[in-house]
Amino acid sequence: MDFWFILGVILKMSFILGVALLLYAPVFVLFERRQSAMFQDRLGPYMGGVKMPPFVIENIPLLQMGGYASAAGAGATALLALVMCFLGESEEPGLWLLPISWGTLLILAALGAPAQAVGAMVLPHLFYHDRLTLFGGLHALFDAVKAFTKEDIIPPKADKFLFGIAPIIAMIPAFALGAVLPFGPDLHLDYLFDQLPNEGVIDGPMTHLQVASLNVGILYMFAVGGTGVIAAAIAGYSSDNKFALLGGIRAASQMVSYEVTLGLSLVGCFMLYDTLRLEEMVVWQAENTFLGFLPAWGIFYQPLAFVLFFFASIAEYKRVPFDAPEGESEIVAGYFLEYSSGKWLMFMIAEFLEVAISSMLIAVIFFGGWDVPGLGRSGWEAFGYHFDLTGTNWEFLSDVANSHLFVTVVSIVAFLGKALLLGILSLQVRWTLPRFRYDQIMQLCWKLFLPLSLLNVFVTGILILLFQ
Amino acid sequence: METNYEELDEDGQLELPAEPMRLNMGPSHPAMHGTIRMVLDLDGETIVDVDIQPGYLHRGFEKSCERGSWNQVYPYVDRLNYVSPMLNNVGFSLAVEKLAGLKVPERCTWYRMILGELARISDHLTCNSASLMELGAFTPFLWCIKTRDYVWDVLEQETGARLTHSFGRIGGMAKPPTDLFKEHTLAVLPQVEEAMAETEQLVLRNRIFLDRMQGIGKLRPERALALGVTGPILRSTGVDYDVRKANPYMFYKDVDFDVPVGHDGDNYDRFMVRFEEVRQSIRIIRQCVEKMPDSGTVNIDDVRYVFPEKQDVYDTIEATIAHFKIVMEGVKVPPGEVYSFTEGGNGELGFFIVSDGTGTPYRVRVRPPSFLNLQACREMLVGDMIPDIVPTFGSINMIGGECDR
Repeated sequence: MDFWFILGVILKMSFILGVALLLYAPVFVLFERRQSAMFQDRLGPYMGGVKMPPFVIENIPLLQMGGYASAAGAGATALLALVMCFLGESEEPGLWLLPISWGTLLILAALGAPAQAVGAMVLPHLFYHDRLTLFGGLHALFDAVKAFTKEDIIPPKADKFLFGIAPIIAMIPAFALGAVLPFGPDLHLDYLFDQLPNEGVIDGPMTHLQVASLNVGILYMFAVGGTGVIAAAIAGYSSDNKFALLGGIRAASQMVSYEVTLGLSLVGCFMLYDTLRLEEMVVWQAENTFLGFLPAWGIFYQPLAFVLFFFASIAEYKRVPFDAPEGESEIVAGYFLEYSSGKWLMFMIAEFLEVAISSMLIAVIFFGGWDVPGLGRSGWEAFGYHFDLTGTNWEFLSDVANSHLFVTVVSIVAFLGKALLLGILSLQVRWTLPRFRYDQIMQLCWKLFLPLSLLNVFVTGILILLFQ
Repeated sequence: METNYEELDEDGQLELPAEPMRLNMGPSHPAMHGTIRMVLDLDGETIVDVDIQPGYLHRGFEKSCERGSWNQVYPYVDRLNYVSPMLNNVGFSLAVEKLAGLKVPERCTWYRMILGELARISDHLTCNSASLMELGAFTPFLWCIKTRDYVWDVLEQETGARLTHSFGRIGGMAKPPTDLFKEHTLAVLPQVEEAMAETEQLVLRNRIFLDRMQGIGKLRPERALALGVTGPILRSTGVDYDVRKANPYMFYKDVDFDVPVGHDGDNYDRFMVRFEEVRQSIRIIRQCVEKMPDSGTVNIDDVRYVFPEKQDVYDTIEATIAHFKIVMEGVKVPPGEVYSFTEGGNGELGFFIVSDGTGTPYRVRVRPPSFLNLQACREMLVGDMIPDIVPTFGSINMIGGECDR
């Protein structure tokens, strides 16, 4: 337990929670609100924002022009660098006495030009009238601030201790689940800028991009995720409200039932990957291929399990059409009916965090986690050809593209992107589907999902035996 | 509430003797429109008994009518049914005209029919889409409400108000049709058809929707008749009673339309009957537009009931006197009593009016379809579950103004 280890753990924890809290939660909220605004021809979440001084607002067109101009300059530089690379002058340019090679300049300028152009393009959209809103992203933040400053009402006959502790319990699984999610390949700190070999053990300091590499992996997720039901049950029980009680009972029975499907639908995956560790699941998916050309992602091997798991996880975080525990038109708001202010916000944050975490989990198990097709530890390769330009003027391109750091960053971004898309997909169903009735949810679980997940285990077992 | 738990035990429904939970739902509850209170006795989520208590929107409509002139009743009937006020306007006009023995010009009758059917369309669109929204499907609600706004655009163009038109008059209408009335009416009909087709496409093959609607909130035809249920709810049970067909008023016997009926009397049938009625209304409107004359007056030529032309009021002493008398004393309906009934948005809308010959109604009694339909609500709900209250109560389309009066 040295200092660096603890620092690494803290950094990784901050990363995964930061992504979930500061990226996914606002994006999901924003997405939902934007969609609802689009439907209803409303403005959308643009009222929350930081008021900017007038000269900033007035000079936005000027800034935009500047952005376009510098993008054009960078484009010209890139062209010049490209020409120089063609002419074979990849050595240090004499021009401007810049101590970098034409190749590096090409990369910097070629990346910088579109970045500046896009920046200039979106610049006016970051503002709404005289406020900085960041596409409405700040609205979620202001909502949170607003919620915390509201009056915190506790019903007089409520059980004060349980009433207060329920939202805290709701937050625990949402935060703790992030611990075992691998968000990137192993990072070898000594070779950040080098190209790694594709096989073999690499010595030197190394860190898993994962807070805790547990040998029980996925079982930990179920164990911790299962505690979420306690929060809902306690909240419903302690609120001294019959609607809340009904909501709590519905939430408890629904979550407990779907835990079973959630677990059983993954058994096929355990059998296939032969491990419980999430990071090894990703490695298995990255190393194999499906039918020779597709990546060996879980969704191709276990499509039924994916469907079951996806819908069971929607039921698990109680969103439409499985939102009977909240059922706003029948039991008003269900188990958190009596909650206000920050406590209510904690339930909402927990809900959005659960969406984020389960999207990440689905990405890890069924979509290869951080695996990008054609990107291995040693860099880019496809159909047996490795992206390697050694010996040409373009050597620097493959050097950068195949460097360990670049590969890692691309992998992490790919993982986050997959999870984001999955999360948005699960939010998308909200607007069209009617809500299930509570007993229909149960029937769906025990009479359809559970037999199907058992069937999936059975068929997977037979297939594995046949093809081994 | 008397429940024999030993019986329940034999049925195997209740393993341990337990008291039902009493739950007050409403009037401040999202599904109760703010005007109804339901006292539920629950066994788990199953409704053992329900006591439905209307009356939270009682405004003394009938009494209020007795203090103004006959034409001053129109704003009140608007507010009886605030999703299809034009049908109430027309219904009240017909009642007074029946008592006074007036016969309005042909053009006026066609005009009333078109406006009334437009109101029926807006009523049914609202009811069906709001039921869907309360089930959680938000998109169809927005589609249908957007289309309802188009319908209201036409009504606004004709009457000057989107919701509370107060447009009917004894012996005619407040204004003749505008020049573009027919074109705009015909233009809005395809929009309605499209919105309905889209909605049906979205929900009718949706397993969740079907599970929530089919077999829920069932009502048998004999019970429906015994309880005085009318309108789409009665027709959904299979009884083809429609005032427009059974006792044709206005020119409904001259237009060609069908009366859609269901056979189960459940939520799904009510949903489908309403949408099918919108289709029939569209059919009726198309025929009416064809038959409605383009010129001619909409008011009867009788200065005892209708204001004379403004120019005549200034020019002739007779018209001035007629104007003065209508303004100061009101329309004098001959003494007598009459019951007149029309097909409102929710069923048979009856007006029983008594006149004593003065310019003020002696009694205006409404037979509100919603109130009688609500009687059947208990039978529909008992035995179902709490979530079923939402679609069942939604499909009854209880309009507080008309129910509580």
